[in-house]
Amino acid sequence: MSIADYGFAIWETFYVTALSTAFALVLGLPLGVLLVAGDKDGVLPLPSWLMHILNIVINILRSVPFLILMICVFPLTRAIVGTTVGTKATIVPLVVAAFPFVARLVETSLRELDEGVVEAAQSMGATPFQIITKVMIPECLPGLISSMTTALTTILGYSAMSGVIGGGGLGKIALSYGYYRYQTDIMIVCVVLLVLMVQVFQSVGTWWANKSDKRLRK
Amino acid sequence: MIEIKHLSKTFQMKDGAVNALHDINLTIPDGSIYGIIGMSGAGKSTLVRCINLLERPTEGSVVIDGTAMETLSAAQLRERRRDITMIFQQFNLLMQRSCLKNICFPMELAGVKKADAEKRAKELLDVVGLPDKANAYPAQLSGGQKQRIAIARALATDPKVLLCDEATSALDPNTTHAILTLIKDINKKLGITVVVITHQMSVVEEICDQVAILDGGVVVEQGAVAEIFSNPKTAAAKRLVAPNGGSAARDLSSFAPDDHVVRVTFNGSSTAKPLVASLAAEKGILVSVLSADTRDLNGQCYGSMLLKLPADVEQAKQAAAYMRGQPGVTVEEVTGE
Repeated sequence: MSIADYGFAIWETFYVTALSTAFALVLGLPLGVLLVAGDKDGVLPLPSWLMHILNIVINILRSVPFLILMICVFPLTRAIVGTTVGTKATIVPLVVAAFPFVARLVETSLRELDEGVVEAAQSMGATPFQIITKVMIPECLPGLISSMTTALTTILGYSAMSGVIGGGGLGKIALSYGYYRYQTDIMIVCVVLLVLMVQVFQSVGTWWANKSDKRLRK
Repeated sequence: MIEIKHLSKTFQMKDGAVNALHDINLTIPDGSIYGIIGMSGAGKSTLVRCINLLERPTEGSVVIDGTAMETLSAAQLRERRRDITMIFQQFNLLMQRSCLKNICFPMELAGVKKADAEKRAKELLDVVGLPDKANAYPAQLSGGQKQRIAIARALATDPKVLLCDEATSALDPNTTHAILTLIKDINKKLGITVVVITHQMSVVEEICDQVAILDGGVVVEQGAVAEIFSNPKTAAAKRLVAPNGGSAARDLSSFAPDDHVVRVTFNGSSTAKPLVASLAAEKGILVSVLSADTRDLNGQCYGSMLLKLPADVEQAKQAAAYMRGQPGVTVEEVTGE
């Protein structure tokens, strides 16, 4: 194992994590918004049966262990990526596992918004879409950034598991060298690198969330 | 003109229906400052939310300048709400936007060009007296300043009506006075009809022309402020005009048992004649004031006093008889434990 091998593994882990988080956000953000806006007291009330179904689907997806989910979504992975092994192929199960989690995180962040602000926007003639895009999301941005940091670090952890189905990155090296070949030192290096990555992501995320929060300006 | 006709609002709760408002009929003339006052739970906030249909009335109609609000489509209603803006007790500013961007917000919603919106917002910052706060964020402002920004925001779309929902209830007395002065100014200069929801009599006294008293979801009295205040007919009105139920609060146990104490209630007696002083001057009887809670409304006195009469029984009787003889004054014995 050379330094370059570790470097490439870090890059693979980073790119899988970043892409998966991005896709999970694309699916999870609207879904999370819908969970709040579609409430019976929300800005865009949806039929309660629809809300029930949404909640049940999210709960089911969230309760399936990631290892099993990876295998369950093989047909979907093959349909999208064309193969079920390799680094790219791990992005599909990661997104499937992460977007319901992101939706819940978004939901929690948005529920912290003071209802009075939404009412004020309604009193000014805002449409539900304007309330979502100009009030709910911007007002909750610091919380959303923190939530996305949590999602990113969780997905990073999941991505390490994807070594099992042939995904690349630090997880694969830790598994194939450290675990299968008893090279404990390599495993330790990988774990340390993963820890460092989480630290960096978390620090940047926290810094960014604080910087974006205009409530903290004194 | 705002006409509220036979408006009722019922909330369906888990444990049954709650009648928040019942058969409300009000006419709010253009350009007036109209107060709606009541104790908490009287239904005033629900009533003001029915005016711009944030709450949909269960029955009845809200007609503004000839349009029945409840008949409008969702899009028409949003359009109409630009004419009927609102300020709140908790200001409800967007905390992640600068003051300038907060004032721009309703214009942004209405599709006003950014440059035009910012120009107007700057003018409005001058109107509310905060020209230097354009780039400040709401978290950096005091309560009074936040409400000024909220007022500027409410004026951004050139409304015809300004609804104030307990707009000064979170502010200290000095700031309240300053904000009320600003609202009165805006009413005078721009001719905007102002509806003021409050539980504070002082607010109504200070700026309103007309007032409706809401009690238990029903309008119990309405009319010109001076008239209602000088001659409150209902119990609810009297309670608001003379707080503490017209009884000067005093811990009765603090009197000595043989003290001769009376409660003197003023119900619109003239303040031109000083009762306690004239009792001393005309009858030579000295009484001491234990506590008093009265207010002067257009030269008429409302409220009550607790007076300690002389120990001498004959003098005390004379004093009570003298006071009973004055118009608008009632005297009752107060006995200790």
